[in-house]
Amino acid sequence: MAVTKVVMPKLSEQMESGKVIKWLKKEGDRVQSGDILAEVETDKADVEMEAFGAGVLRKILVSAGDTAPVGALIGVIADESEDINAVVGQAGGGAPAQAAAAPSAAKPAVAERPSAAPPQPKSEDHAARKPSPSRGPEAPTSPRVAEVVAQQPAASMAPAGPSADGGRVKASPLARKIAAQSGVDLKLIQGSGPGGRIVRRDVEASQSAPPAAAATAPALRPVAQPAATGPEFEDVPLTTMRAAIAKRMPLSKAPVPHFYVTTEVAMDRAWALREELNALDGQPKISVNDLIIRAAALTLVHHPGVNASFQGESIRVFHRVHMGIAVALDEGLITPVLRDTQAKSLVQIAVEARDLAERARQRKLRTQELSGATFSISNLGMYDVRDFSAIINPPEGAILAVGAVRKVPVVTEDGLGVGRRMALTISCDHRVMDGAMGARYLQDLKKLLEEPLRLLV
Amino acid sequence: MASQKFDIVVVGTGPGGYVSAIRAAQLGLSVATVEDDRPGGVCLNWGCIPTKALLRNAEVVQLFEKAETFGITVQGMQPDYASAVQRSRGVADRMAKGVEFLFRKNKITLFPGTGTLKSKNVVEVRGKDGATTTLEAGRAVILATGSEPKSLPGVAIDEKLVISSNGAVRNEAKPKSIIIIGAGAVGVEFADVYRSYGVEVTLLEALPRIVPVEDEEVSAQLTRSLSRRGITIKTGVKVSAVKPGGAGVVVDTDGGRFEAAQVLMAVGRGARTKGVGLEALGVAMERGFVKVSPTMETSVKGVYAIGDMAGAPLLAHKAMAEGVVAAEAIAGKNPRPIDYGNVPSCTYCRPQVASIGLTEAKAKEGGRELAIGKFPFTANGKAVALGETEGFVKVIADKKTGEILGVHIIGPEATEMIHEFAVGRTLEATVDEIMHTIHAHPTLSEAALEATLAALGHAIHI
Repeated sequence: MAVTKVVMPKLSEQMESGKVIKWLKKEGDRVQSGDILAEVETDKADVEMEAFGAGVLRKILVSAGDTAPVGALIGVIADESEDINAVVGQAGGGAPAQAAAAPSAAKPAVAERPSAAPPQPKSEDHAARKPSPSRGPEAPTSPRVAEVVAQQPAASMAPAGPSADGGRVKASPLARKIAAQSGVDLKLIQGSGPGGRIVRRDVEASQSAPPAAAATAPALRPVAQPAATGPEFEDVPLTTMRAAIAKRMPLSKAPVPHFYVTTEVAMDRAWALREELNALDGQPKISVNDLIIRAAALTLVHHPGVNASFQGESIRVFHRVHMGIAVALDEGLITPVLRDTQAKSLVQIAVEARDLAERARQRKLRTQELSGATFSISNLGMYDVRDFSAIINPPEGAILAVGAVRKVPVVTEDGLGVGRRMALTISCDHRVMDGAMGARYLQDLKKLLEEPLRLLV
Repeated sequence: MASQKFDIVVVGTGPGGYVSAIRAAQLGLSVATVEDDRPGGVCLNWGCIPTKALLRNAEVVQLFEKAETFGITVQGMQPDYASAVQRSRGVADRMAKGVEFLFRKNKITLFPGTGTLKSKNVVEVRGKDGATTTLEAGRAVILATGSEPKSLPGVAIDEKLVISSNGAVRNEAKPKSIIIIGAGAVGVEFADVYRSYGVEVTLLEALPRIVPVEDEEVSAQLTRSLSRRGITIKTGVKVSAVKPGGAGVVVDTDGGRFEAAQVLMAVGRGARTKGVGLEALGVAMERGFVKVSPTMETSVKGVYAIGDMAGAPLLAHKAMAEGVVAAEAIAGKNPRPIDYGNVPSCTYCRPQVASIGLTEAKAKEGGRELAIGKFPFTANGKAVALGETEGFVKVIADKKTGEILGVHIIGPEATEMIHEFAVGRTLEATVDEIMHTIHAHPTLSEAALEATLAALGHAIHI
């Protein structure tokens, strides 16, 4: 009866396009609702895409390896007898920002041919694309994204996606309450109600949703070994993640006026405490980073001005700390989010942070774990870095850069001794806070790390 | 033999059928309807509408009876039951003509006669004169043949001694006394009508309380109200035999023998599927009703079923909603499925009963913590001014989320007031949104606000 459009899902707030890694179903395959149709690579993770309707996968519009903008039609599910020309023909105008992705599909005459060329996913997609209206915080992120639409064209299509007005999340009062009580971020949910409104069942579904990430880690992009006789250089295509970083970082560095404040922390007692804790039987191992995460979160509670975000007309001050923890991958960087860090014990942080990092490396993170941070920590200590400064990840207001804990000569009362020292550098958004505010935060953070027993209570 | 082709053929023109036909026509489809009675079905001709007219008469009689409390002396009042039935027929006629008008307006063709499915897309219409017409459905057939009154095993409805609601609504002669078997909505509404016209009424119910699907407190309040008006109510009694004798009919039960001039059988309704041709097509059934998908399609592709024949609740407004869903699904729209947990239920006796969502007992089964607020109409200024203070509003909410789980109203205009909560529940409003909605003063609806406040623990006027 119905034709199900398979569209490129929006899997994170920042996601603008995604690459089809491979199709697990081919044209002509029968699919049930909930079947995994394809694997999609986004800027953050690889995600399995579920079918949202039953029927036959009649058409694949974006082949494996190709990229399509969010919302673009990438396939069509329908009964064998169903005429899908209208849907395929609409591909040019239906979803937002897909004009460049499926130029040839705009003419039904072309689309009718069974082997219509798939849209060409090339870098000019980005250039040609209209500004996406999907930057609003209500961006849908569930991977169950295919829209079920009627045969009758656009008139009956509910705008399931975000509205262009930016700020407002459309949600029912009951959905808001349940979300608030269960700590669900409404911005990460796609609404299934009229006009994309988030209703109770959407919040409940997001709480029970299984991890959406792909089960298998993707193969890394092959990079040819340059032979002595080979060409002098080669152009390695950007991975989706590298493309996202390349696109997003200037968006931070240019418009966000950064300033940096550095301090040095005496880590002797924290080091000793950590060794003592790790000598205990049956306790999960605590890392220096875990101590810093906990200290940074507790200090943020007392410095809400640092746990804040510039909103244009106002500054949003967060009362809870969702800590972004930068994890280096071979092909880039990912920042999973440890929610409500301020309320978590050291052991909880150790367990959860390790789990996040491990799954980040396997690229098995859930979409909800990839956005919503209020502050971030980047630690390059393992590379024996003395100190560095990090680029703020908007819309966060600050990021803490952590250097290595080094043994250095220190002046004591008795003369010269050996101490463990660590440099902390905070990068702050000057629109949100001033130097003294960042300095006071660092001062308290330093104090807490130097009296580390406080981290246990 | 004539054969005509339409996009959709609708069999039955009750509230489900005629609404689906109009909606399909609005969506640009050509529609044929088949009806073996008058357009409008049971609802307009023999059920909802004519009984509401009778109940209005009953209300007027009751108002005259308490005219003294308004300082008005009435002498020589002569309520004439035959006139009440005639007025009711007039109302039904007018509404049925309205359906015929709507068919013409929407260019829907009406074929009088009995419709039978010959194949999944062919309906044969047999007129009263025996002539047949064959209708071919290009897109789908919508079955909307409704329901008919059920009886107890071994008891035949002869519409003389043992009548159904069909008979009750047209009999211009009222019995001296009547035993109504079944105290659901139909039973208590006729109890109200007959009692208002001086008939001795005995209401028998097999379950432990009258209006058994409603909240227990509502049943208790209605029992008090009806008993006060001289209606004899026996609950938890099983009828073993109904036979002629005594004053007319004798009803034997495990709670004793009852006698009256007539018996009204109001034990429920069953799907009207005989002769529709379901068996030959292999349309799947479930507990006596046609099994349907969320878009009202039966197990046979292209054959839809809506309304009473498609299962509970057997309510006209549920049938209309299903008619819209079926028409839109056939037209290739993507209709929003019906939320069967959010269908209001209304009984139009005095005091009226209306409810939506869960009863307190059902809500408790969910295991959640409840916030329950109740506000009596005795504390509502408008109700006191009207002199209609029987009843209350009861709001059952989830204590944690404020979700409105159920609302039960018994009292004046309860059936109008329930929609505040129906809209609220559709929008997923919580008790907070009701609380922050300013309710005009003085209105009966203030009792809805106050019951909500009571659930939150701070009603003002009690």
